[in-house]
Amino acid sequence: MSTPDRAILTAATLLLAMTTAASLAETPNLGKPIDEAAIAAWDISILPDGTGLPKGSGTPAEGAVIYAEKCVSCHGENGQGGIAAALVSDQKIAGISAAQKTIKNFWPYSTTIFDFIRRAMPFQTPRSLGDDEVYALTAYILAENKLIGATDVMNAQTLPQVKMPNRDNFILRFPDRI
Amino acid sequence: MARARDRNARGRNLEAAAGNGLIDRRALLGRGMMIAGAMGAGIGPASAGAEPLADDPWSLEVGDPMPLYQVPSKFEAKVARTLSNPNFEPRNSHARTPHHLLDGATTPNGLHFAINHGGVPTIDPEKHRLVIHGLVKRPLEFSLESLSRYPMTSRVSFLECGGNSAPMFSPEPMQETVQALHGLVSCAEWTGVKLSTLLEETGIDPGAKWFIAEGADSPHLSRSVPVKKALDDAMIALYQNGERLMPGNGYPMRLLLPGYEGNMNVKFLRRIKLVDQPALSMYEARTYSQILPSGKAYRFYFLQEVKSFITSPSHGGKLKGPGLYEISGIAYSGTGRIEKVMVSADGGQSWAQAALQEPVLSKAFTRFRLPWRWDGGPATLQSRAWDEAGNVQPTRAEFVAARGELAKPAPVLSFPNQHYNSITSWGVGTNGEVKHVYA
Repeated sequence: MSTPDRAILTAATLLLAMTTAASLAETPNLGKPIDEAAIAAWDISILPDGTGLPKGSGTPAEGAVIYAEKCVSCHGENGQGGIAAALVSDQKIAGISAAQKTIKNFWPYSTTIFDFIRRAMPFQTPRSLGDDEVYALTAYILAENKLIGATDVMNAQTLPQVKMPNRDNFILRFPDRI
Repeated sequence: MARARDRNARGRNLEAAAGNGLIDRRALLGRGMMIAGAMGAGIGPASAGAEPLADDPWSLEVGDPMPLYQVPSKFEAKVARTLSNPNFEPRNSHARTPHHLLDGATTPNGLHFAINHGGVPTIDPEKHRLVIHGLVKRPLEFSLESLSRYPMTSRVSFLECGGNSAPMFSPEPMQETVQALHGLVSCAEWTGVKLSTLLEETGIDPGAKWFIAEGADSPHLSRSVPVKKALDDAMIALYQNGERLMPGNGYPMRLLLPGYEGNMNVKFLRRIKLVDQPALSMYEARTYSQILPSGKAYRFYFLQEVKSFITSPSHGGKLKGPGLYEISGIAYSGTGRIEKVMVSADGGQSWAQAALQEPVLSKAFTRFRLPWRWDGGPATLQSRAWDEAGNVQPTRAEFVAARGELAKPAPVLSFPNQHYNSITSWGVGTNGEVKHVYA
């Protein structure tokens, strides 16, 4: 490479670096810094490995009491027969209808139950349950489905260990988009 | 006489597009119009019987004052969304777009489809906050006012529920309108701030592979999205067709992921958390994982694949006698631009290429049109779209072979399966009635 060529290349690299720096600097920078501690009340995401699960615990028996008070009107006695989705079922999947999906035959991770109850239930008063209550309801649903024992305690350590039957039955549709 | 013969010869040329009356699309472009007119002659009413014209009452008095925010004419009251939960029972609510009553490629804001899982929240824009945190260099909080000072970008994008067209999984053609079958897709111009711009400010930890988006609505709806999409074309949308988002469409801000299933485009967006793994939230772990004939299920479908359907004529309509009609519909692809749309009037035995309304935009509705002369006999109208990546809308046989079919029809408002993008067929009877058929 001749010296003038190299000089042009260097100049081009410099220009590129400057442009990049300039475009970075050009954002208005109006985002207000905030600590994770200040976000805690909103940070309700639970990951399948248990990341994000809060302190606390609950048992199926405790869950049964809360269920009878706050859930039964929509989800029915013993988690079935209500106007909302059945929570307890031995239905098997045959054919492609989504109507057959249940927690037991389809949901791949037990953490999803905790996550969904805590963020969205009860339907009329979401976020009104304490973490112990959410653990207890999760334990109740898992036990009624015979996925855990009747006296098993659910907490941040035990819940992610519950192996859901359908876990390995999924295919990534477009792996290259991930 | 010689010129007339020549014109008719050209007319026959232009007509030779495909079977059962399909006319070459170039007839739409001007040079064929005179021929189209000629074809109409002899079919239309004779001018001799026309009533003499007189002024109507509205031409003889002062009209109404103008409203601050105008709404359509009272004569257009039937142009409305259909509601799945009109009594607002404690479950989700869908509102479907009346495609058979609209034209063009933009969905008016009042008719944009919506699904809300816990009602439409009333959000004070002054108090709403968007937080970006997790695997970032510095967590940041944005107000609507601060976002409004960022560089804005506008793009036209369709939005489609992953469960749109679910009645098409039925083993028999459900006798429903295009609104009931395909009303959970709409198209608007969205204006907002690119998510990548905000992530430049927060910085991205190299361990971040996904982000969880969460809404401020009562179910705190959340979905996991690859960071790859955030750095591509994801947007925090603040405006819909030039005005602030409609409440049911996510006011005051929503995530826009062009081409990806509607549910992922989280509305009332309040939180984005960068993470190393997807959350497998209820909507991705259960609802939007589709059961396949093998018994396994797809996970992370994301893409709304290439698709089209004819909106006029369509189910429930009635042709008023033989003559010239325009077949018109909508095509779109979550992968990019529509390359071409083919139309058939004989159930797929022969096809003619439709004219595409410009501009043809990536991941947006493209209106297609084709002239058709109905001879009064039976006809089966179909459209089939190709996108610029070479993806083609599957035939029904191909689709059912890959994705299966229900054992029996499911309620039309249910979502027995998702991501249907195969061909829709409208059968025209000799009485002119248009019905949904499988072909």
